[in-house]
Amino acid sequence: MSVFEPRAGGREQTIVRGDHRAVARMVPRGARVLDIGCDDGTLLELLTRECDVDGRGIEISQAGVNKCVERGLSAIQGDADTDLDDYPDQAFDVVVMSQTLQATRDPKAVVENLLRIGKQVIISIPNFAHWRNRLQLLVLGRMPVTKYLPYEWYNTPNIHFCSLRDFVEMCRELDAHVDTAVALSALGKEMKVPAPWWLWNIFAEQAVFRLTRDD
Amino acid sequence: MADESATDPITAAYREVDTPSSQVAVFGDREALTLDSGAVLSPWQIAFETYGTLNADKSNAVLICHALTGDQYVASTNPVTGKPGWWSLMVGPGRPIDTDKYFVICSNVLGGCLGTTGPASIDPKTSKPYGLDLSVVTIADMVRAQAQLVDHLGIETLFAVVGGSMGGMQVLQWAATYPERVFAAIPIATGARHSSQNIAFHEVGRQAIMADPEWCAGEYFSQGRRPTKGLSVARMAAHITYMSDESLHQKFGRNLQDRESLTFGFDADFQIESYLRHQGMTFVDRFDANSYLYVTRAMDYFDLAAEFGSLSLAFKGSKTRFCVMSFTTDWLFPTTESRSVVKALNAAAANVSFVEIACDRGHDSFLLDVPEMFSTIRGFVTGAAKARGIPVPGGEG
Repeated sequence: MSVFEPRAGGREQTIVRGDHRAVARMVPRGARVLDIGCDDGTLLELLTRECDVDGRGIEISQAGVNKCVERGLSAIQGDADTDLDDYPDQAFDVVVMSQTLQATRDPKAVVENLLRIGKQVIISIPNFAHWRNRLQLLVLGRMPVTKYLPYEWYNTPNIHFCSLRDFVEMCRELDAHVDTAVALSALGKEMKVPAPWWLWNIFAEQAVFRLTRDD
Repeated sequence: MADESATDPITAAYREVDTPSSQVAVFGDREALTLDSGAVLSPWQIAFETYGTLNADKSNAVLICHALTGDQYVASTNPVTGKPGWWSLMVGPGRPIDTDKYFVICSNVLGGCLGTTGPASIDPKTSKPYGLDLSVVTIADMVRAQAQLVDHLGIETLFAVVGGSMGGMQVLQWAATYPERVFAAIPIATGARHSSQNIAFHEVGRQAIMADPEWCAGEYFSQGRRPTKGLSVARMAAHITYMSDESLHQKFGRNLQDRESLTFGFDADFQIESYLRHQGMTFVDRFDANSYLYVTRAMDYFDLAAEFGSLSLAFKGSKTRFCVMSFTTDWLFPTTESRSVVKALNAAAANVSFVEIACDRGHDSFLLDVPEMFSTIRGFVTGAAKARGIPVPGGEG
């Protein structure tokens, strides 16, 4: 399931989506990786090709899974909300969840599970507190619809939106340590200017976090 | 041999029992087969076909496991029926399991009737067919026999083991019993156990055979008789379970067979009746009734979780790459059965893919022309070949 519309044409091999690029930079070479919400396997294929990972995917849509297996990737049909309990503790070096968390029913329980299954957890999320969204709500009084998040309130698969600040706060509650964070524009362009969180929380349209559990 | 027998299929089938048209490996006293029942089979033989070329480091061997009434002729003409190989859409040059790249082995199962030792084979001790004197065999026994054949062919590790239905049970058994000898496993339309409902259907079939007076308590060969009616009914009952309600409805509906109206009698008024009778009648020409008892029993006894303590223990530490596949309208081995295998593989942190294919043809879908199944298997096998680093004989990487 693709829960937002990638502008850079995610299915094309030639263009790598910015958020995927950011994830790839955080994954150690040769790691055992589980990609939850792997869609058609675009990210998993990138990680296999560039980071030489031993990758697995979980995807809620059967069409996405079939596509992955046709590509020679390992994937199963499954739901992050219900099927992660089957995996043993620390089964993977890295668990990736790209643009999927906001579509889960119980995001906190899901992140808890990710931290249990993976030694490292990489999560990318859209930032609902981006200034364009704030402006739409403030001025028009309507739920924000942007090119990056093109759904109406009644048809969006994204049922649990948060701001970057909200996400970081939840990580703190889960005793998870954010060891790397990258703020991105909607295009996935990395925002290189060092800035405090409150600023990113206004100007970043998405972000990629790498978490570890404080032992 | 196949030519002269074309006129009498029953004689032809019987000749295949001990002297098959395919290759056959015969194992003597030193290579006796110890069965789960405790019985020791010696001498015994296994009939098989091979396709393609084994590469220099013997890393490209694929074992195909056939289903209940299948045979070793996966991609070549069946000598009894004269029909093309039962999975020639899947296996062959340029097919998803490409015989230009892989060395494909397919053997007749233990308990079968096309050249591997089974109840119709001659018991060397009595010089008569075994009949019910043959010990009951299990899926694990079938796999043990295949492993001995693979040893005989000098192959250490199989690149892939592939099969549907009972063939899929053998795939799972292979992966559980010989994890280091199976690089990739493709169990299709199968389960890790035979369900109560499945056992029930098999029991109906067996009772039909045993209720036929021609069965003669399994001694029909020596009395020159054959329980064709019973076997035919068994096949008819089983055949219903291989199809979906929807495909039956599409194919036959309530259409009448060669008549304008109902006859108010018990002839085959409906097309579905005529179709099932035909399935039953042609089946008895190529299959031995006692074999049907033995092979269905093997399926009934299959329960991997019971053998290993739990299903995830069966696959603990497995390095095998799995591709589990089910079909939406298969009610004999529904998706839930495949899913419990996938669950166990995940719990064992194994490398698993799981694909459910939308197809309205029921359990038999795996034998039919289902493009999505082919593209998935082609992708999985190609990915596995890359991971295995298979040097292809004379082909591109």
